[in-house]
Amino acid sequence: MKVGLFIPCYIDQFYPDAAIATLQLLQKLGVDVTYPLNQTCCGQPMANSGFEHLTAGCEALFIQNFADFDYIVSPSGSCTLHLKEHLHSDHAPKTALDIRTKLYELTEFLTDVLEVKTLLARFPHRVGMHQACHGQRGLKLSQMSELVAEPFSKPQYLLDMVDGIEMVELTRPDECCGFGGTFCVAEEAVSVKMGKDRIADHVSHGAEFITSTDISCLMHLEGLLKRNGSKVKVKYIAEILNAS
Amino acid sequence: MEKSKGTHAELAEQFNKDQSRVDWHDETLFWIRNKRDKAAGKIPEWEALREQASAIKNNVLSNLHTYLEDFEKRALKNGIQVHWAVDAAAHNQIVLDILKQHEITEMIKSKSMLTEECQLNEFLAVNGVDVIDTDLGERIVQLAKEPPSHIVLPCIHKKKEEIGELFYKHLGTAKGESDPQVLTAAARVHLRQAFITRRAALTGVNFAVAETGEFVVCTNEGNADMGAHLSEVHIAAMGIEKIIPERKHLGVFLRLLTRSATGQPITTYSSHFKKPRPGQQMHIILVDNGRSTQLGRPDFRNSLKCIRCGACMNTCPVYRRSGGHSYHNAISGPIGAILAPNLNMEKHTDLPFASTLCGSCTYVCPVKIDIHTQLYKWRQVIVKKGFADPAKAAAMKGMEFTLSSPARYRAAGKTGKWILKHVPVMVNNRLNAWYKHREMPAVPITSFRDWYIKNHKHD
Repeated sequence: MKVGLFIPCYIDQFYPDAAIATLQLLQKLGVDVTYPLNQTCCGQPMANSGFEHLTAGCEALFIQNFADFDYIVSPSGSCTLHLKEHLHSDHAPKTALDIRTKLYELTEFLTDVLEVKTLLARFPHRVGMHQACHGQRGLKLSQMSELVAEPFSKPQYLLDMVDGIEMVELTRPDECCGFGGTFCVAEEAVSVKMGKDRIADHVSHGAEFITSTDISCLMHLEGLLKRNGSKVKVKYIAEILNAS
Repeated sequence: MEKSKGTHAELAEQFNKDQSRVDWHDETLFWIRNKRDKAAGKIPEWEALREQASAIKNNVLSNLHTYLEDFEKRALKNGIQVHWAVDAAAHNQIVLDILKQHEITEMIKSKSMLTEECQLNEFLAVNGVDVIDTDLGERIVQLAKEPPSHIVLPCIHKKKEEIGELFYKHLGTAKGESDPQVLTAAARVHLRQAFITRRAALTGVNFAVAETGEFVVCTNEGNADMGAHLSEVHIAAMGIEKIIPERKHLGVFLRLLTRSATGQPITTYSSHFKKPRPGQQMHIILVDNGRSTQLGRPDFRNSLKCIRCGACMNTCPVYRRSGGHSYHNAISGPIGAILAPNLNMEKHTDLPFASTLCGSCTYVCPVKIDIHTQLYKWRQVIVKKGFADPAKAAAMKGMEFTLSSPARYRAAGKTGKWILKHVPVMVNNRLNAWYKHREMPAVPITSFRDWYIKNHKHD
């Protein structure tokens, strides 16, 4: 089983530690994982802004980099969802559709493909889980509160294997943080208010860390936390699952 | 009526100047969302009901002409006069003509978002007809000279003290009175007078049944019934998508409508109107106003499944923190944002962008409209039609140029410098909207790629 690691552009540039934790976690679990060196971006920032027609270059690159792998794993629910829903190619339409089926967000790859039952990890802290919308409602990583359906959570299933971790309950377990790509600047006032409200929910329940399956949400929340001098920190889920 | 001026982002920024008010608005609506969850949760077959409602509506949209003609035939047989209105102007003119025929200059109206969409009140006012809205929330915003901010809860943006002030000014309640029970009693006395004296009543339509030629109006206050039963002339206005094939389908929609809207099992009144009582005239106006255009847009046609429950507004984290008026459209919130560009794209280019695409709207929707997917698709249409801000378009082209080439991407900067400089998320705004309330991400010592090359020698 050959696995390609897709590290979205902003994670490559700003959150290398999250990417390193993802790689190390996969290696720890015995996965033959490679990071293709010529990757850049999934195209989502353009597409969500209405410029889907400008993403052909990114898509062609993605296909070039990842077509040969059995699975493609990424530490971002949002970028994974975008590719699963939109990746296409006029030159190799079948390959593009084929890649869509091989794409996995990290936690669903661990639970659904590797079927991980135990993890050697220790993180003795109070942690709040921020449900990233695209992972939750898009990739169905966990059950959403909108549906009348059985609850489940793939990220939580993994976090429960971590020694010493204490999860905090939230008043609104799956409300959006307000990042939303270009929304975070185009609708700055609402975006900031949404982020502040999410943080208040975590803080009022005593969280020391906020974790998520999407680093973009955490980047937004971290910006607000730091500005307000908060002691609460953000941590990408792989950094907890890989902690010792 | 004073319309809001500005883009959604500008109006939302104004709304956010008073954070405690935003908190109050957000919590009030989220409380209703929670009530909806509890009510839906008591129905084990909830998801199957949604699926069924969606399927019925899909069938309606594929056979709209047949059902409408069936409805017309049976309604005429029942003694209802049927009118067809191609657009808002035609609808308004039909109402005016009916009133003129009867020499009526004062009308009462129960809640109808369609008449808001057509701006009927404004049209009638210019033509010498006075309208009193009889839905309490609508009456409140009418007195305040504001449009409704929510399709089910028109005055949800108003605090009881503000309503007290309005009633003091217009209905003669005591200064400073804000007890909801006292205010409601005052409104009741005021509206009874209107019900008794006014000869014409206009109602909306929640469902029209093709099988029987009847229509159903759902209210909690009974105001549609009071108006219709006491009037010489009953005019019902409906969008053509409100048709359902058979009466039994009400068993699906009535179970979904109010649970989704307010968390009630059913509206207090679900009134069936089938024929005029002796001496009364009953009219129904079937209004297109852009609906057949929307029906012809494959990506957006299923927005016409909407039953106007407002659940997408109550759940929307953006709506709750920006208020209904920020959408500058009769129908606000996520559903308004996908309906409005159909009617006037240029005026509403901002609305599909007033969303994080979190998807909550799609999954509370009782008729399964893929709202957030349509928001994404409207964005593509709006940009392709050339409505994008030129600075944003230039930034996007720059991003495309860099991100489509690994060499250019790497040359642009080994760490976060390039993104900080060029990604619109970070610099889209002259004043750097990210930095106003948020720290920039720290630039790390190395990118992941460089770390990987250093630490993972390839075989």
